[in-house]
Amino acid sequence: MPPFSTASEIAARVRSGDLKAVDVLEQHLARIDARETEIHAFNLVIADAARQQAGAVDAIVAAGGDPGPLAGVPVALKDNMCTRGVPTTCSSKILAGWKPPYDGTVVSLLQRAGAVAIGKTNLDEFAMGSSTENSAFGPTRNPLDTDLVPGGSSGGSAAAVAAGFAPLSFGSDTGGSIRQPAALCGVVGVKPTYGRVSRYGLVAFASSLDQIGPFTHTVADAALALQVVCGHDPHDSTSIAEPLPDYSALLERGVEGLRVGRITDLPAGADPDVAERIEQAFDALAAAGATIVDVEVPAFTYGLTAYYIIAPAEASSNLARYDGVRYGLRVDAPDTHAMYSATRAAGFGDEVKRRILLGTYALSAGYYDAYYGKALRIRRLMADDFAKAYAQADVLLTPSSPSVAFPFGSKTADPFAMYLCDTYTIPANLTGEPGMSVPFGTGQNDLPVGVQVLAPALGEPVMLQVAAELERAATNLAVGSAS
Amino acid sequence: MSDRLTNDVVVKVAHLARLDLTPAEIERATEQLGDMLDHFADIDALDLSAVAPMNQPLPFVNVMRDDVVQPCLDRDEVLDAAPDAQDGRFRVPPIIGSGA
Repeated sequence: MPPFSTASEIAARVRSGDLKAVDVLEQHLARIDARETEIHAFNLVIADAARQQAGAVDAIVAAGGDPGPLAGVPVALKDNMCTRGVPTTCSSKILAGWKPPYDGTVVSLLQRAGAVAIGKTNLDEFAMGSSTENSAFGPTRNPLDTDLVPGGSSGGSAAAVAAGFAPLSFGSDTGGSIRQPAALCGVVGVKPTYGRVSRYGLVAFASSLDQIGPFTHTVADAALALQVVCGHDPHDSTSIAEPLPDYSALLERGVEGLRVGRITDLPAGADPDVAERIEQAFDALAAAGATIVDVEVPAFTYGLTAYYIIAPAEASSNLARYDGVRYGLRVDAPDTHAMYSATRAAGFGDEVKRRILLGTYALSAGYYDAYYGKALRIRRLMADDFAKAYAQADVLLTPSSPSVAFPFGSKTADPFAMYLCDTYTIPANLTGEPGMSVPFGTGQNDLPVGVQVLAPALGEPVMLQVAAELERAATNLAVGSAS
Repeated sequence: MSDRLTNDVVVKVAHLARLDLTPAEIERATEQLGDMLDHFADIDALDLSAVAPMNQPLPFVNVMRDDVVQPCLDRDEVLDAAPDAQDGRFRVPPIIGSGA
């Protein structure tokens, strides 16, 4: 059982009038007051605006109305989601102080569903990183052990849920930035199918890979959150127009008769404590009536290289907009070109500069075919391989992260060591298919292990169904280390 | 692509990306990007000439809508966020004759 109230419980009680949204909010603000100095999950807490919104929710209930499926649920938003009039920094000096002139679609949908936005969470600058150490405003600490990273790039959002600051938060996942921090902080994190959630108002990192998704304590809460934020949006031309299924419908059904795929040629690299828990996850699903089938995904092994060409290439193009002209920082110079270069040099941190250089190189004349062109072809192989795997299996299971949470500074000297954190999460971004991390016991030092459930495009219902079974099975695991 | 990356290439790429780098940053970027490209050598041997590139995940078609004026962002609110604005426009330093 989670140590904090779930979003489902809060919303049900607020809707029935049994609990006031303002009291729920104060309880969470008190937890923030107690631990935020130590954790640094937030770039900004908007207590006053949240109190107003919570009051409005209570007023609707008092008048006999229904504020919506997330009534009174405090929600934390990654600081790359545009909020009108509220600073949105992407944890970058280049956007410090910028107030967007509009709300992103997800932000609007949450408000319309009765949720109460309480703040903007810390991230690796422009969502580039796997530890939140690349934030220009200082790292977020893992609430389970503050000597350890929370993962990244949505580390602030994962930590906010794990610390009880909010029962629901949102992040963005370009190569694992929801699933990996969810695993490291012991919470549920979902990357929906590409196009299922509008990206309107999400500051772009790599547009063909980015997707917004929730962090929650439970699989049921994740289903509830998806029901609110998924759907077609005319403001996002990559938005899918398919009707929404009922994401909660299959949660109690069990996994009898489902085929769960084990990828036999999965790249090595998972620590033994993580690998052991994944084996137990297969065992638990088999015991619950699922059939475990072996599948091959030969292109998986090239995912990391393809991703670290495609994502920086798209980023180098997307981040061209930070030029000191329309918003954010400007460093004055005698002419426009010098102003661009000086502004970008002063405003971007090391990792962002590294990826801009890498992406620009991969797209430049003479290197385009060898790098970017080839990476796009690997992406096709990956999609074909997964299509074959999903002909044999309903879902696939892998680790979410190769390791449990790691100490600060342990991967910052070698950029590639940090990139390896994304080994198992990247393929779902390349193919656009959904994936989620669900806590499943603990590994080394009693730290949480996340199991990744992958499904074919728009396969969120079966993905959540399997995750719910793993959640039930996890309560039966022996407390303590797997070893 | 086994030739080791040189400083000159990094300087050129930094110019294309409009990033001023210090000499120390150029040295470090040359080394780190070179290491990265070494890691990417795993794809060198793959012959993918028969595989079609995939630019994005899902098969999308053109998105059309009626040619009707929609609400848009408030100009003053947008310009308020700019580092410099004048007469309802973004203001920048000289462009022509900059030599860049």
